[in-house]
Amino acid sequence: MDTTIKNSNLKSEEYFINMGPQHPATHGVLRLLLTIDGEIIKKVEPDLGYIHRSIEKMCERDSYQQIVHLTDRMDYLSSHINNEAVCLTVENALQIEVPERVKVIRTIIGELTRIASHCLWWGVMGMDVGALTTYFYGFRDREMINDIFEETCGARLTMNYNLPGGLMFDIHPNFVKRTKDFIAHFKTKLSEYDTLLTGNIIFQKRMKGVGILTKEDAISYGASGPVGRGSGYSCDVRKYHPYSALDKVTFNESLKTDGDSFARYQVRIQEMWESMAIIEQLIDNIPEGDYQTATNAVIKLPKGEFYQKVETARGELGVYIVSTGTKNPYRLKFRSPGFSNLSLLNHIAVGGKIGDLVATMATLDLVIPDIDR
Amino acid sequence: MNISLNITKTFTELLSGFLPESTANIGAMVIIALIYLAIFSVAGLFLVLIERKVAAWFQLRLGPNRVGPWGLLQTMADALKLVSKELTGTVKADKFLYNLAPYFVIVSSLMALSVFPFTQNFQAFDINIGLFFLIAISSIGVIGILLGGWASNNKFALIGAMRSGVQTISYEISVGLSLLTMVLITGSLQLSEIVEVQKNGWLIVQGHIPAIFAFMIYMIAGTAETNRAPFDMVEAESELGAGFHTEYSGMKFAYFFLAEFINMFIIAAIAATVFFGGWLSPFGITDSIPWLGVFWFLAKTMTLVFLMMWFRWTFPRLRVDQLLTLEWKYLLPLNLLNIILMALIVWLNLTIQF
Amino acid sequence: MVKPNNTILEIMSYFGDIFKGIKTLLTGMSVTGKYFMTSHKGAITQQYPDNRDTLKMFDRFRGEVVMPHNEINEHRCTGCQKCELACPNGSIEIIWDRQVDPETGKKKKMIDKHIYHLGMCTMCGLCIEACPTDAILWAQNYENSVYNRSALTKVLNQPGSKLMPGVED
Repeated sequence: MDTTIKNSNLKSEEYFINMGPQHPATHGVLRLLLTIDGEIIKKVEPDLGYIHRSIEKMCERDSYQQIVHLTDRMDYLSSHINNEAVCLTVENALQIEVPERVKVIRTIIGELTRIASHCLWWGVMGMDVGALTTYFYGFRDREMINDIFEETCGARLTMNYNLPGGLMFDIHPNFVKRTKDFIAHFKTKLSEYDTLLTGNIIFQKRMKGVGILTKEDAISYGASGPVGRGSGYSCDVRKYHPYSALDKVTFNESLKTDGDSFARYQVRIQEMWESMAIIEQLIDNIPEGDYQTATNAVIKLPKGEFYQKVETARGELGVYIVSTGTKNPYRLKFRSPGFSNLSLLNHIAVGGKIGDLVATMATLDLVIPDIDR
Repeated sequence: MNISLNITKTFTELLSGFLPESTANIGAMVIIALIYLAIFSVAGLFLVLIERKVAAWFQLRLGPNRVGPWGLLQTMADALKLVSKELTGTVKADKFLYNLAPYFVIVSSLMALSVFPFTQNFQAFDINIGLFFLIAISSIGVIGILLGGWASNNKFALIGAMRSGVQTISYEISVGLSLLTMVLITGSLQLSEIVEVQKNGWLIVQGHIPAIFAFMIYMIAGTAETNRAPFDMVEAESELGAGFHTEYSGMKFAYFFLAEFINMFIIAAIAATVFFGGWLSPFGITDSIPWLGVFWFLAKTMTLVFLMMWFRWTFPRLRVDQLLTLEWKYLLPLNLLNIILMALIVWLNLTIQF
Repeated sequence: MVKPNNTILEIMSYFGDIFKGIKTLLTGMSVTGKYFMTSHKGAITQQYPDNRDTLKMFDRFRGEVVMPHNEINEHRCTGCQKCELACPNGSIEIIWDRQVDPETGKKKKMIDKHIYHLGMCTMCGLCIEACPTDAILWAQNYENSVYNRSALTKVLNQPGSKLMPGVED
C-alpha cells in the first residue's frame, strides 16, 4: 500500500483536509480530520458532537414510556429495534412476561426494520462507490417496508410502536398480506442487487482487500454486528442471547472470515436473506392474544441496575439502566454499535486512498445520530 | 437560391460579392463561429436534458417534467438561473487563473467541433490533420481543469485537479493509439477523407476484429477522457464533494458543466466518424440526399452518447490507482498488440470491403 | 527464471480476467437496461402536489392531534390532564377550571383551553394512548407547514364547546 517514493529529492508534506461535517460521504454530520500524503491516508480523526442532543440526559428526566420515543431518534434506521431494547430492559426489570403475540410481532417488525436498513445501506453503498442507480433501487424496496410500517404503526421512520409491556396497538389487518407480498417481491429484487453490483468487477476491485479488520482487532475494538461478523467474529446477539421470539426460529448467522470491505458487504446481503427466512417462519402463525399486558400508568423500576442487549441493523445495542426506585432512571446509558464501529475507522482506513476511505466508511454503515446521541 | 453545404465557401462567396476578399474571409469566419457557438450552446443544454431524462429512466424516476412540455425547457431555465447567479470565489484564490480556467475548457471543446463533417462538405474547417487536431485540442481542456483546481485555493479542488491531470495524460495515449489503429486502414488523418474511405464499408466492418477491439478501447478511454463515471475521479462527488469546480458558481460553473457534455458529444462524434462511417447512411440507402447525412451522423453520435450514459448510470467508480492500472497494464499493451494486428491485416489485405 | 508454463498461464489468466471483467460489466448493464426498457410502465416517483386528490394516508397515520366534536359542539375531554403528563416534550397544555355542572349541581373540572403545540410534537402517540376517554385522536392531514410559527400552536377544543354528557374518566 505504501507507494510514496522513499529516496526522492522532492520535498513532500502531509496535509490536513476536513472531510465533513458537510460532505456527501459522511452521511450526516460526521467530521473527519484527515491527514493525507497525496492521496494516501495517514490518519483519520473522527470529530463528533455535531448532532449531540443529550438523549441519555433527557432520559433521566422522562418516564419509562417516554424514553422509548427518544430512542427512535438515535439510530433512526433501526428505530423499532431500539424501542424494543428499552422495552425489554424495563420488562425484565419489572419481571413482566409479555404475551407471545407481542413477541412475535416485535420480531417480525424488527427483522423488517433490519431489511429496510440494509436496503438503504445498499443503495447508499453503491452511491458512495459511484454507482448512483443503486440508490433508487434500494429505496424502492425500502418504501414498501415503510408502507407496511405506516399502515400498522402510523409512522414511517420514527415509529414508537412499542410500550413497556407490549405494543401500542394491534397489527393492521393488512399487515400479514403486505409482508408476504413484500417478501415475494424482495426475493427477486435481492438477487438483482447481486447481478447489478455484487458481481461487478469494478465494485469487487474497490471492495476486496480494502479496509481489512482482523478478528482480534474486531474484538478488541468492540466491533459488533455485520462489521464484527465480516471479520469472523461470531457476535450475533440474536443467536447468543435470543430475545422476543428469536429463540423459536432457526436461522444462520452470516459469517465471513476475510475481514475486508467485501466481507462486510456480503454479510449484510446475507443478513437480508436470513431476515426474510425469520419473517417467513413467523408470519403465518402469529399467535392470538393480547397485544399488551397491563402495566401501571406510572412505571417504577425496582432499585438496581438492569442491562439488556439487542441486535440492531448496525450491531449490538445495549441499554443499561440504573434505577433508584423512582419513576425516572437515575442513569441510562446506551451502548451504541455505531460508536464502536466508528472507533476502528482510523485502524482500517490508514494506508488506503481517499476512495478507499469512503468505501470502507460505507461498509461500516454509520448512522451519526446513533454515535452522537 | 441553391445553398451549397460547404458553409465556409458559401459565406465567403456571399460576402465577397460586396466586400474586399480579406474582409470577406474574416466576416465569414465570424459568422460561422457565431453559428457554431449558438448551435452548440443549445446542443449542450439539450444533452444535459437528455442525460437527466435517461438517468431518470434508468432509475425508475420521471426526470424533469415541469418546465415546458415534457420538461423540454428545464435546462434552458437552469441556464437562465445560472446566468443570474452571483459569481462567488474564495478569498485567497488566484483571481486571474481562477477566472481564466472555465474559458480554457469551453473554448477547447467548441474548437474541436469545427472539424466534424456533419454531412458531405458540411464542415467548417476541413484540415488534412483533422484527427490529430482533435486529439491535440481535446487535451487542452485539462489545462483549464488543472488551473481551476489549483487557483480556487481549495484542497478538494486541488486533489480533483491533480487526478484530472493524471487521468487525462494517461488516457490520451489510449485514445490516440486506438484512433491510430484505424488510420492504418484509412491512410489519412483528414476527417472527410476518413468518411470517404468508408463508402466501401464502415471501418468497424472493414477492420473487423482489431477494429472492434480498437472501438472498445476507444470508448473506455474516451469515457475517461471526458471525466465521466465510471472514471469521474475528478469530480467524485462522494469523495471530493464537487472536485475541481467546488468553488465555482453561476456561469463559470455552467461552462465546466456544458463543456463536459460537449466533450461527451465530441468523443461520440469521433467514434461515429471513425468507426461508423460518419454521415454515411447504412448500405448507402440515402446517399442521393446529402442533407440526410446530418441525420445519420447525429443518430450514430447519439447512440454512442447513450452508451456512455448507460455506463455512467450503471457502474461504480474506479479508484485512482485502479484507473492507472487499467490504462497502463491493460489498455495500453492491448492497444499496441492491436496496432500490430491491424498492421498485419492491412498488409495482408484481409480487410473486408464491399 | 520463470518457467514458460507459468508465463503462458499468466497470459491466459490476464486475458481471462479481462473477459470475465467485461462479462460482469455487461450483466450489470443488462439490469439497468431492463429498467430503461420498461420505464414507460411508470416510475416509482409520486408527483406529490399533483396527486393531492388521490393521495390518502393510512388510517393510523400520525398527522396531528385533533379533538373531535359532535354536531352540537361537544367534545369528550374531561380535563384529566393525563395527556399533558404523558407528553414527553410539553406539547400539550391544558387550562382548566372547576365549574358548577348545571345537571348535577356539583363542582367539576372543565377545560377552558386544550392547547396543542404542533411545532413541538414528536408524534409519539403517548397522549392518545393515555387518554381514558378517547377525547383526542390522530388526524391524517399531512400538510402542516405554515408561514408563521405561532400558527402551529392550536387550541383543540372549539370555542364554546362543552363536555359530552356521560363521559367520565
